[in-house]
Amino acid sequence: MPKGRLLTETSALLQRAGWGLTGYRERAHFYRIKSGGFPNLSAKVFHERDIPIQVAIGNYDLGICGSDWIEELLAKYPSSALLKVRNLGYGGNALYITASPFGGASTVEEVKAKPGIIRIASEYPNLAESFALNLRLRQFSVFPLWGAAEVYPPESADLALVSGTTEELLHYGLVPVSKVLDVSAFLIANRNSWESKDMGEVVASICDKVMAQEQHSSPDTATKPEIAGQYLCGEAAKDIVRFALPDGHQQLPTFRLLTKAGIHINDYPSAVGNRRPTTNLSGVTIKVIRPQDMPLQVANGNFDLAITGRDWLMEHLYQFPSSPVRELLDLKLGRVKIVAVVSKDLSAADVRSLRQLNAERAVPLRVASEYVNIADKYARDNHLGLYRVVPTWGASEAFLPEDADLLIENTQTGRTLARHNLRIIDTLFQSTACLIGNTNRVSTSIKQEGIKSIIEILRMAVEEI
Amino acid sequence: MRIQRCKGTRDLSPEEMAGFRLIEGAFRDCCLKWGYKEVRTPTLEYLHLFTSTGTLTPGMLGKVYSFLDWDGWSGERVVLRPDGTIPVARLYIDTMEKEELAKLFYVANVFIFEETGKKTRERWQCGAELIGAGAPLADVELVMLALEVLKRLRLEGIELRLSHAGVIRALLAKLELTPEEQTRTFDLILDGDVEALAKVKLERPELGRTLPPLLDLKGKSSGFLKNLKALFAQDLPELEPSLDDFINIAELLEAVGCDYQIDIASGRGFEYYTGVIFQLFKDEEKIGGGGRYDALIPLIGGKDISASGFALYLDRLMNLVKPKALAKPPSQRILIRAEPEAVKEGFSTADYLREAGYMAEFYLGAQQQADFEWTLDIQSKAPRFILTDQVDQRRFEAQTTNEILALLSR
Repeated sequence: MPKGRLLTETSALLQRAGWGLTGYRERAHFYRIKSGGFPNLSAKVFHERDIPIQVAIGNYDLGICGSDWIEELLAKYPSSALLKVRNLGYGGNALYITASPFGGASTVEEVKAKPGIIRIASEYPNLAESFALNLRLRQFSVFPLWGAAEVYPPESADLALVSGTTEELLHYGLVPVSKVLDVSAFLIANRNSWESKDMGEVVASICDKVMAQEQHSSPDTATKPEIAGQYLCGEAAKDIVRFALPDGHQQLPTFRLLTKAGIHINDYPSAVGNRRPTTNLSGVTIKVIRPQDMPLQVANGNFDLAITGRDWLMEHLYQFPSSPVRELLDLKLGRVKIVAVVSKDLSAADVRSLRQLNAERAVPLRVASEYVNIADKYARDNHLGLYRVVPTWGASEAFLPEDADLLIENTQTGRTLARHNLRIIDTLFQSTACLIGNTNRVSTSIKQEGIKSIIEILRMAVEEI
Repeated sequence: MRIQRCKGTRDLSPEEMAGFRLIEGAFRDCCLKWGYKEVRTPTLEYLHLFTSTGTLTPGMLGKVYSFLDWDGWSGERVVLRPDGTIPVARLYIDTMEKEELAKLFYVANVFIFEETGKKTRERWQCGAELIGAGAPLADVELVMLALEVLKRLRLEGIELRLSHAGVIRALLAKLELTPEEQTRTFDLILDGDVEALAKVKLERPELGRTLPPLLDLKGKSSGFLKNLKALFAQDLPELEPSLDDFINIAELLEAVGCDYQIDIASGRGFEYYTGVIFQLFKDEEKIGGGGRYDALIPLIGGKDISASGFALYLDRLMNLVKPKALAKPPSQRILIRAEPEAVKEGFSTADYLREAGYMAEFYLGAQQQADFEWTLDIQSKAPRFILTDQVDQRRFEAQTTNEILALLSR
């Protein structure tokens, strides 16, 4: 069952279906849910994006999620054991390839005619790649993102594949270039389970209650939106330092450090989701994006400086050793440990005993992590033998023990892990917030000076702590 | 736990490798004698080499093995070579562009994802590319070269089917499709949808008058094409240049006594074809094909130069060719057993025998004497050599290697 966007309506549907669920609500601390109506059913709450993967690999028989994530999986893995059972009719939405009206290419024809590499930013990298291949774009780069794709065009990407309504696109200051997909909530099943297990009662309970809802398709009126600010592109932007600040829980400590350094950012953290706050630093533009996405963005020169975690920098460098991104300054904020974790029910006290345990098993060790490359390297370096890395998008502690055997996760105090009956068997490294930059030569000396001065201001603020 | 072979891959056993090398050898030998030179391109290429219109069809692009490698931070994907021709065209642009005529050949593996994993995803091709020759004679040379290789492999009943990309395109242009629809329909035809043209036809009934005879084109002579040219002169004058080219090639093939069948809608192959497309069949199985691709080299950044080529499918040929009937009689095998004190002598004697054209193997404890024509025991004291004929168990003694040779060749 999904968290987030689809939770309220899914919960209402299952209530009508007589499931009698307790604890399936926003901000619930428990992921495992029992059904009063179906005592033999056990359910778990996941990030929507995890659900098609979990169902396809057979950890779950049934799932509910948006069709966008189903198609994202099938775009890359068409032979997945995934069955789309029923359109549930709610959660209506669409995926659009979008562009900024100021980017110089906001129709399919203009995009095709644009010289050079077309940069596409998206949380849906597989669908973005299919789009580019079907359009026969000659040279393109897809930047996979954890979020906030809407803020990338025009400076940080030429196109963004985003989900939303046309009204929302206008709000972001984007124009639709092409509609990729209509999205709604779907009931999905694992193909093998569907073929061999009797799930009739459960499926019927849902399908009987699905209202034959009218599909509201919003008209694709491509009216020019009103844009709050102006973007500097090309020649005009060559001296500007582009600085990425993190969204999420790192905002407050980052804000405090910047304030201490005398850097004022207006509307950060923003109550209204403003991702382009202004600053008193001259010659600097600020954009607020996911810390996970920063190393790749800095590597590609879309940003000059960024504040992210060392964990995400390592994740990036493990995947791409030749990347030009480096840590410039340890900001000594938000200290966490990256740890290897197993269920307390597993008789493994350290990685050596885990290796022995795995050598005796006939099935692959399932390693779950948000950090797929750190997890992969850890499993490789420790000779865990036959293993598979299962990518997760948050709340990874919920995966043990049913859906994974080993977890690579960050922890501050270890208390959350202990509460979920988990045991830390190894510490990989410590991670704090850090300032990252690109080792490639900067285009202009004015910009070079700008970057240097920000590093120095922050260095002094850090040393005062 | 049993280690498994990767899904969709195959191993080649010693027997299969013997067949593989035999086919490869016949192909190499023919190509060299026709003045072609061998090249080899890397297994990894950048994906964008294959993505533009006019290279691979979307159907094929959806099946390439593409991924981000260790250098992939810029989003630049690499791909396991999905096709043999495009990399050779790239190589030509890269290092040989000064040459006005390049006749190149290769034996290479290509990787195409096949969903069920039941067929092999790594396939071997023997390909030849003729860059810098645009005349019908060049196309005919390639057809004749391909047929010679098959003849050398003693394959009989080979069927040659001809189509023409220029004719298909002119036809699609006449259907007043948008450029996207034209490309899409062309791709459908190339991806093997023989109904693709017929489907378009149904949506445009006013063209029904002229198209049906063309769609069902099956002819066996250039006269057939000439009839068509006369038929369409009024309605489809755009077809004329392509039909003329097609007629020239067909006439040349007739002149050299080569049978063929014309089947326009079967132009299965690659989007880069611009002229004649030829396919080779044996018992309804496609074993090779090729065609003219004049636009490819300029499209991927080279100069405007015409080119054509073909490839034979090695995996399929391996099922058809009988290596035993073709292989040269094998060398006589000699099993050498040396006393511990005579090991040095043993190695030098083996060398000597191999130089003389024999297969000489050391006894390692598991070989069966019956698999050898001869055994040779080497001792530290006289007689130094005892040679035994395994066929009739006759035993000879010798003191020098020359004496052994004399005994062997008696």
